[in-house]
Amino acid sequence: MDSAAVMNLLKNGVPISWYLVLSAILFAIGVSGFLFRRNIITVFMCIELMLNAVNLSFIAFAHQHKQVSGQLFTFFVMVVAAAEAAVGLAIILTVFKNRSTLNIDEIDTLKN
Amino acid sequence: MHKLWLIPALPFLGFLINGIFGRKLPKLIINAIAVGSVALSFIWVLLVASGCDWGAIPLRAQYFTWIKSGPFEVGWDYSIDKLTVIMLMIVTGVGSLIHVYATAYMEHEEGYYRFFAYLNLFMFFMLNLVLAGNYLILFVGWEGVGLCSYLLIGFYFVKKSATTAGNKAFIVNRIGDFGFSLAMFLIVINFGTLDFRRVFAAAPGKPVEILTAIALLTLFGACGKSAQIPLYVWLPDAMEGPTPVSALIHAATMVTAGVYLCCRSAAIFMHAPVAMETVALIGLATAVMAATIGLTQFDIKKVFAYSTVSQLGYMFLGVGVGAFSAGIWHLMTHAFFKALLFLGAGSVIHACHGEQDMRHMGGLKKYTPWTMMVLACASLAIAGFPGTSGFFSKDAILTAAYAHAPWMFWVGVITAGMTAFYVWRAFWMTFFGEYKGHGHPHESSWVMLAPLVVLAVLSLAGGFLFNVPKMLEGMFPLAEEVPGEGTLMGISIAAGLIGIALSYYMYVVNTTLPAKITSALGGVYTLVSNKYFVDEAYDAAIVTPLVEGSTAVLWHGVDQGVIDGFVNNVGYQSKGIGDILKRIQSGNIRSYATWVVLGSVALLIVMGFVKGLPQ
Repeated sequence: MDSAAVMNLLKNGVPISWYLVLSAILFAIGVSGFLFRRNIITVFMCIELMLNAVNLSFIAFAHQHKQVSGQLFTFFVMVVAAAEAAVGLAIILTVFKNRSTLNIDEIDTLKN
Repeated sequence: MHKLWLIPALPFLGFLINGIFGRKLPKLIINAIAVGSVALSFIWVLLVASGCDWGAIPLRAQYFTWIKSGPFEVGWDYSIDKLTVIMLMIVTGVGSLIHVYATAYMEHEEGYYRFFAYLNLFMFFMLNLVLAGNYLILFVGWEGVGLCSYLLIGFYFVKKSATTAGNKAFIVNRIGDFGFSLAMFLIVINFGTLDFRRVFAAAPGKPVEILTAIALLTLFGACGKSAQIPLYVWLPDAMEGPTPVSALIHAATMVTAGVYLCCRSAAIFMHAPVAMETVALIGLATAVMAATIGLTQFDIKKVFAYSTVSQLGYMFLGVGVGAFSAGIWHLMTHAFFKALLFLGAGSVIHACHGEQDMRHMGGLKKYTPWTMMVLACASLAIAGFPGTSGFFSKDAILTAAYAHAPWMFWVGVITAGMTAFYVWRAFWMTFFGEYKGHGHPHESSWVMLAPLVVLAVLSLAGGFLFNVPKMLEGMFPLAEEVPGEGTLMGISIAAGLIGIALSYYMYVVNTTLPAKITSALGGVYTLVSNKYFVDEAYDAAIVTPLVEGSTAVLWHGVDQGVIDGFVNNVGYQSKGIGDILKRIQSGNIRSYATWVVLGSVALLIVMGFVKGLPQ
């Protein structure tokens, strides 16, 4: 990074595209974790990651457009995520109690 | 108003009470209701008949409009004229006697209340048939008596043969009813009404072909109900029913409905000479054929059943040769003596502990003297013994037949001889010779004998008491004067006496003779005693092809193949598609996630192509 770019950064702040790129990267990590990991806890954390990636872009746009609605959305997402964490962890606990496994591929009773 | 509706309503009330509450009622009350309702109906008929202003006949009573469609209208109408009054008296009078008899006859049977409920229902429909003021109300009664006949033939419904006989009667009647329905449709098309008065008033002006068609179709219906060729086959089988039923429905009342219908439609028949000729020929053929079969039967009820078919043939002969009132006269006397024959046969069967085969009877003279005496009266009447009721009516028919065509008279006389022979053959076989059955025969109770005695008096004196042609004067053309009527009378009396004498000789004096004749006749006897194999022929020609055809085409082809095939195939196809689609639901969360991702990617690509979602 040359000195002119650094100067520009310091003067105008971080451009929105950087936030969006970060958000996209976080989201992609979440998706791939969701798809490729077999441990339910990991999968669950990947979901949280995706949610927060989305939150990040909400915040970025809210800041960019000087609108408060994006931040409001983020709060909603956080509330939902908290509720989801409570229910999801309860389900995971029950599943583990009954099956003694956390491998997501083995939990496929609801098929066909 | 004469409250005509009361006549059928009383038995209907009896039917309702006995049918609904009969199971819990004691027998005495069931009897009182069943017999009382019919007896009251009889009394009401007498009151109406005596209170009638015969000059203002026919009386009409219109209760309500049943069907109304444009100008076409059918009401619940009753009408009463001399013919109706005679029929009403026969139906309720003989009906009451048979009800009384039945209370004793059916005493130990299961379903006692059911029997009387059906019997009362039958009376309701029969009276409806007779009182009807138009063809449709008549048809209601017509179908209703058919239903009751079916129910009562199959009264012993645990017996396979009884239910089969009931089905046969019902189905064969349906064939006839089809003809009658067509006749009614033709009447509606050509006359625009079903009302008797208007149809008969308009009949003379209509083309002969149409009247002939209507008359022939009506005759077809009458053939079904009144057991004439070609639809007579149900009546002998109908003897599976209890004996009072045979007497009431299959001898005295229901089977004469066809004769009544033809007489009622006389205005149509008289203008259709071809139809009249057909009626006469069918009647004559039935009379002869049934009489020959009657000669060979051994079941006492079967003998009388074929005798009924034969006598109904006589009535049709009378109607066919234009002697309507003679036909009705014979209908009345036949109701007396044939009801008596059946009830007497019932008494004999009772005496012999349910045995119906005459070869296992014999010698009942000393055990059942009263039954023998009343049966002798009935047998004399049916043989046309001078002075008895059957003599008058049969003679009236035969004379009219002679006036129409002498050969018909001669065939009729021969039939009369055969009738005398087989009825008296039954008489000798039952009461003379040695008792060949089991157990100890006993005379029936007075409750059973009293109606028999009344009927015996009517059988003997009915001809003097009721001169039907005179009563019906003015309704039907009077019989023509035939030269040498005395000679004709002498010939028919002689035929009857010869028949009686011959049967006495063969079954009392020289009892080995029948067996010799039987073996001498060989094939002919086999043919006749097997009822000319008509049942078998019908089975082979109609029933079997119909059943096979229905099984192969309608059942296996249409129902199982087309209808079931279509429905089942829809199910199978859905299942097949479901089998393919269900693979998507693997239960594997990561595969679902993959689908979601792929879906979102596809969505993004599409959005990219169309430049954003539609607004």
